[in-house]
Amino acid sequence: MVIERRWKKWLYFYIPLAVFILFTLFPFYWMAVTAFRPDPELYRSWRAASATPFWTLEPTLEHFKGLLEGSEFLQWLWNTMLIAMVATIISLICGMFAGYALARLKFRGSEFLGTAIFITYLVPQTLLFIPLADIIRNMQLGNTPWALMLTYPTFLIPFCTWLLMGYFKTIPRELEECARIDGATRFGAMVRIIFPVAVPGILSAGIFAFTLSWNEFIYALVFLSSVEQKTVPVGVVSELIRGDTFFWGQLMAGALLGSVPVALAYSFFVEYYVAGLTGSVKG
Amino acid sequence: MVAGSGGAAGAALPAERLVVSRSTRLLENQRVLAVALLAPGVIILTIFIAYPFVMAIWFALTDISVGVAGKFVGIDNFAKAWEDTIFQTAFRNTVFYTFWATVFKLSLGMWLALLLNRHFRLKRLVRASMLLPFIIPTVLSTFAWRWMFDPTFSVINWTLYHTGWITDRLPFLSNGDWAMWCAIVVNTWRGMPFFAITLLAGLQTINPDLHEAAALDGANAWHRFWHVTWPLLLPVTLVVVVFSVIQTFSDFQLIYVLTGGGPANETHLVATYAYQIGVASGLLGQGAAISLFMFPVLFGVVWIQLRYLKRMEGA
Repeated sequence: MVIERRWKKWLYFYIPLAVFILFTLFPFYWMAVTAFRPDPELYRSWRAASATPFWTLEPTLEHFKGLLEGSEFLQWLWNTMLIAMVATIISLICGMFAGYALARLKFRGSEFLGTAIFITYLVPQTLLFIPLADIIRNMQLGNTPWALMLTYPTFLIPFCTWLLMGYFKTIPRELEECARIDGATRFGAMVRIIFPVAVPGILSAGIFAFTLSWNEFIYALVFLSSVEQKTVPVGVVSELIRGDTFFWGQLMAGALLGSVPVALAYSFFVEYYVAGLTGSVKG
Repeated sequence: MVAGSGGAAGAALPAERLVVSRSTRLLENQRVLAVALLAPGVIILTIFIAYPFVMAIWFALTDISVGVAGKFVGIDNFAKAWEDTIFQTAFRNTVFYTFWATVFKLSLGMWLALLLNRHFRLKRLVRASMLLPFIIPTVLSTFAWRWMFDPTFSVINWTLYHTGWITDRLPFLSNGDWAMWCAIVVNTWRGMPFFAITLLAGLQTINPDLHEAAALDGANAWHRFWHVTWPLLLPVTLVVVVFSVIQTFSDFQLIYVLTGGGPANETHLVATYAYQIGVASGLLGQGAAISLFMFPVLFGVVWIQLRYLKRMEGA
């Protein structure tokens, strides 16, 4: 390796890295501090002197109490969880089937279908939300969780298919052929041999799909109208701001609590998530 | 050809066994099985992507609004948007926002990837925590930024004032130009980890011997990056940029929460303006036309991507 001097390592490595860490994590730190800060301390002008600007000596749970008692936050949390889970499961099943077909089966039009699915991957939600809201209403799905459980797969299936297709291609064909010689059907070999081997790939696709569902905003904003149906991002935006007043303590408490489930899911599966993330662009 | 487990159950009921084996045999045909496996995904994508896309074009050509069936008006909606000064600003903003956010995400993401590629203590923890902005729902983290940019209680103004950098507060979100740059900063903050982690994965596939050899030949760090790392990373970089451009160009939630398009409609993006016209004002036709203005740009980007993929496969 190239030998470096000590001060050079500080200048080119430690200091930049520290700045990156500060930039990346400070907003979350500030979110947490704000959520625990009592109101009088929170609303102090930018010119005012403060003995403890970056932390508080009187942490309070007031904002969390206000949030849980004064809004439907727990209901939103539950809605978001349920919708993200169902959308992920639907997308995984479709993606596993389609990915297997594209990776292993020979049929006319397979290349065209692969490209078509890839293109739908790149269609953003903001291009379609206006007519889609109308379609959802006509299907009597408006303001129900199904509106999201069925539309979230539109941006999850292409990605799951693409990722799993790549994964299935790395599994040696011999594995399947052995099972088929032993009398397994194609379908049976897929379900009992290929899918179990592909569990890491399926986990990657699943955890990535879950975080994407949790993050989705515009469909949830447009398709859901009643307070008790909303997801966390939409509920926080539309219900925690009363008139023009921002209750920053409660808002930050809501942001913090709304981030915890997805951050937990992520922290348990970091490696799978990273594999999904990097796989999602490599195809 | 009957699977072992199916055979035992079928023996008791010969009629059923026949049915099972016929469908099983059908599924042995590659084409039939392919159709069956692809059907669920393709049906969902057709109903909720292809069909709405056609409807978007139809809406854009009519004067449909909430509760009023539309009649055909040709390209009136597009022409009207084209003349609309707010739309013009929104379109310019979208290009500006996409360009600068992508430049920052790529350069900072690359830098971060190079830093994370080295060995240091707590490397895994640092790498995992760097992805947080990308994981945490954008709406929620954007609220934290909005609070940090608050006109009266901004922590950034507080810090700069008390360290003597400023004497008057900075107008983060109350001035259109400032607000646009704030949005670019937040977008960079959110998207940089995606660049860093995917580029890091690319970096890890580069053989360290190449750097060794270049260093022995007297290349300095910058030359090693420019002549060894960058060309080898180019394929990954291109794909990541395409994804990011599409996401940024069609962005909605960040602006919706951070500025709501304000002050005085100065920070609208195409998507937020389409929402304001199509949903908040209920002019569905007009809104659909506005969001379709994104299509040519997105199509161009996807086309480049597909051409590139084809070339890679050919090579």
